[in-house]
Amino acid sequence: MTERTFRVWRGSGENGELTDYTVEVNEGEVVLDVLHRLQATQVPDLAVRWNCKAGKCGSCSVEINGMPRLSCMTRMSVFAPDQTVTVTPMRTFPVVRDLVCDVSYNYEKAREIPAFTPGPKTSPGDFRMQQEDVERSQEFRKCIECFLCNNVCHVIRDHEENKEHFSGPRYLMRVAELEMHPEDTADRRQIAQDEFGMGYCNITKCCTEVCPEGIRITDNALIPLKERVADRKYDPLVWLGNTIGRRPKDTPIVPNTRRPAEEE
Amino acid sequence: MTSTSSPPTGRARIPRRTLRTDRWWLGPVLTTLGLAAFVFYATARVFQQDHYWVGEHHYLTPFYSPCLAAQCVPEASLFGRLPVEFPPLVPYALLSLPILLLFRVTCYYYRKAYYRSIWQAPTACAVQEPHRTYTGETRPLMLGQNGHRYFFYLVGAITLINTWDMAVPFFHGSDGGFGVGLGNLIMFVNVLMLWGYTLGCHSCRHVMGGRLKSFGKRPVRYWLWSRISVLNSRHMLFGWLSIATLMTTDFYISLVASGTITDLRLFN
Ligand code: SF4
Ligand code: SF4
Ligand code: FES
Ligand code: FES
Repeated sequence: MTERTFRVWRGSGENGELTDYTVEVNEGEVVLDVLHRLQATQVPDLAVRWNCKAGKCGSCSVEINGMPRLSCMTRMSVFAPDQTVTVTPMRTFPVVRDLVCDVSYNYEKAREIPAFTPGPKTSPGDFRMQQEDVERSQEFRKCIECFLCNNVCHVIRDHEENKEHFSGPRYLMRVAELEMHPEDTADRRQIAQDEFGMGYCNITKCCTEVCPEGIRITDNALIPLKERVADRKYDPLVWLGNTIGRRPKDTPIVPNTRRPAEEE
Repeated sequence: MTSTSSPPTGRARIPRRTLRTDRWWLGPVLTTLGLAAFVFYATARVFQQDHYWVGEHHYLTPFYSPCLAAQCVPEASLFGRLPVEFPPLVPYALLSLPILLLFRVTCYYYRKAYYRSIWQAPTACAVQEPHRTYTGETRPLMLGQNGHRYFFYLVGAITLINTWDMAVPFFHGSDGGFGVGLGNLIMFVNVLMLWGYTLGCHSCRHVMGGRLKSFGKRPVRYWLWSRISVLNSRHMLFGWLSIATLMTTDFYISLVASGTITDLRLFN
């Protein structure tokens, strides 16, 4: 058992501050254990969101020494013995209290994406998917919706005003997944660029760096989606082919999912 | 004390740009130094208009291939020479160099590299960027990045020329006929790295199979896609290796061409 200094964000977003605590740490513990000990022994009103303590529910996202991480998967042994451990809420989302954020931005973005759209003539029992195709989307299906990727993405992290036009890596990845589904018939390439803001991403890969599931978001979802958008919107040869041949039919975003513009 | 039902109150007002305690600035610094080294070296060499050809073994540096100026050595001009003398400071490989440059400038990996280390958007993950506004790749100037695939097609052809340039010297040994020198080996490794980089391109991965909705029905393209994916996941590595081998190849050939050293012959 040792004593460690924890510096934790307390209070609301506007009026919160970093507060230092000295707290006991035992071998084999993770940051969430120590936060729970703080709660049990010193600050019973400390707000911490968590659920599974196994890296599978995506509830315990915070920033530890400045890096977005799951607190239940960050071992205390990664810090030097005398290092202060700073725990703050995710920077990109409004704080409810202490370490708990309001992540509704993410759910709003999720609702705007047109769902899986099989051909009208195929009934569910007719789908025959090959293993190769299953594997491709299975990588994206590992997502635990911790929103660390959306939190770290500088497009919205450093520019609140972009939230309106940018769905974040998590949901651009969802668009990519549907676009790669062999039984899907919708075409979301146009809205991926115009409504979900694919063009804002500059492929700097921070989402990939923080993803606790190790999903290669940028290489396998975002860049392939950028290439598909280029097919649809920016490639003169593909455009010519489509003008002569079959024109793509763009699917619009899900209706009534956007908040009406604020009234003056 | 705050009540438990308080509504969200805006983001945490953390005054520091980042709370990261690791050396997050090291990556961007190294990237900038690496890119600067290459740009300085390549600029100095392509404007030099000299020391690009070793007549005895037909070594031609990739920075001068294909050689287009009227003053080029005839054997160094795979597609013949233009009837004009290039004035000083005009690179002899006037056609291929801009294409190669734009290929790398629009490459998804190099974009990441210079957006982070030079443009600082963002400098490192979870480090606040210095810009007040950000539009990413949505504005007309940046839309050109979507043309990367065309540079890929063109550079595929240039890499074939580099491969030819690498093969020819094997048939110009010291006494004629087949021969192998250190120069041959350096050029060979360089061409391997160039193919590793070019075929690992994200646009290549897309056109070869990535653009399909279903792999199950296209086994050949699926196979191509999965091979390319192996190179693609090491794209950054090949990006830097190919820069290193390009400089090494050019430097070695310039040393031999200028008579500073003689080519080390291993066989004939
Ligand atoms: S790669 Fe794109 S989506 Fe991911 S963090 Fe960077 S800018 Fe955001
Ligand atoms: S993609 Fe990764 S980082 Fe993003 S929400 Fe899913 S699990 Fe979390
Ligand atoms: S508590 Fe479930 S992921 Fe950490
Ligand atoms: S060459 Fe790097 S992505 Fe095309």
